[in-house]
Amino acid sequence: MRLLPHPLLSLALAMVWLALVNTVTLGNVILGLLFGWAIPLLTAAYWPDRPSLRKPWLFIGYFLLVLWDIVVANVQVALIILFKRRDNIRSEWVRVPLDLTSPEAITMLAGTITMTPGTVSATLSADAGCILVHCLHTDDPDEVRDTIKSRYERRLLEMF
Amino acid sequence: MPDIIEIVISALLVIAGLFGLIGSYGMIKLRDTMQRLHAPTKATTIGIGSVLIASLLHNYAVQGHLSFHELLITLFLFLTAPITANFIAKTYMAKHVAEDEVPDSGRDYGWTVYDDPPMSAPDPVTDPKE
Repeated sequence: MRLLPHPLLSLALAMVWLALVNTVTLGNVILGLLFGWAIPLLTAAYWPDRPSLRKPWLFIGYFLLVLWDIVVANVQVALIILFKRRDNIRSEWVRVPLDLTSPEAITMLAGTITMTPGTVSATLSADAGCILVHCLHTDDPDEVRDTIKSRYERRLLEMF
Repeated sequence: MPDIIEIVISALLVIAGLFGLIGSYGMIKLRDTMQRLHAPTKATTIGIGSVLIASLLHNYAVQGHLSFHELLITLFLFLTAPITANFIAKTYMAKHVAEDEVPDSGRDYGWTVYDDPPMSAPDPVTDPKE
């Protein structure tokens, strides 16, 4: 067993601990690092095939992109709710075939879809090769699918 | 406290209130559960986000210390909101949406709500050997 099975998780846990206690002192830093070291070791059994992020720094760009899209999504959905007549809202089911294979990457993509413009990920196909997305209002379901694939999935493929 | 920060904080709070209100109004206006799911997952994230930024600014500019709790709330919100929405969607589909109402998965196996996954080796975590 490696001493640090998941260095990024360790770092994240230490940061969360520091944010939780809200004061940066030497004792808290040591305690945070201790948690960051112990929790991944204790929970390693629950992550049998944990993926390694190939390019973790890409995550920052991805996070900012999603954050921006969430703001845009909020405004779009608000406008639809306020100004579209109930009967003119055309909801569609959209099928998005996946190139991603690791469960963690698919989870991230599904979460991203739910948080961004007018789409909620509803379910996966049983072999995890395809995701079913519900779209609040669209005139062109194919365009929604292509946006998800080119904007989010391509970046996740680079990362994992 | 300089006026400008006070104005920014107030503006953020007003934006937050507006989006919260629109999100709640969406729950009344939209037709079915799948549509209603869109209102709380979107229109409220910016509402909560604005309150948190306002709180962050207020802590920093008025009380003079930086607080990280708001960032944590944002993090946990981003982790939990999509999962809640997904569970609601799946439950609703299982009860109220027939399999032929949604597009075919185009794969050998259908959607998980209606179809069982392919058989695989037992999971060492959920099915420990005696």
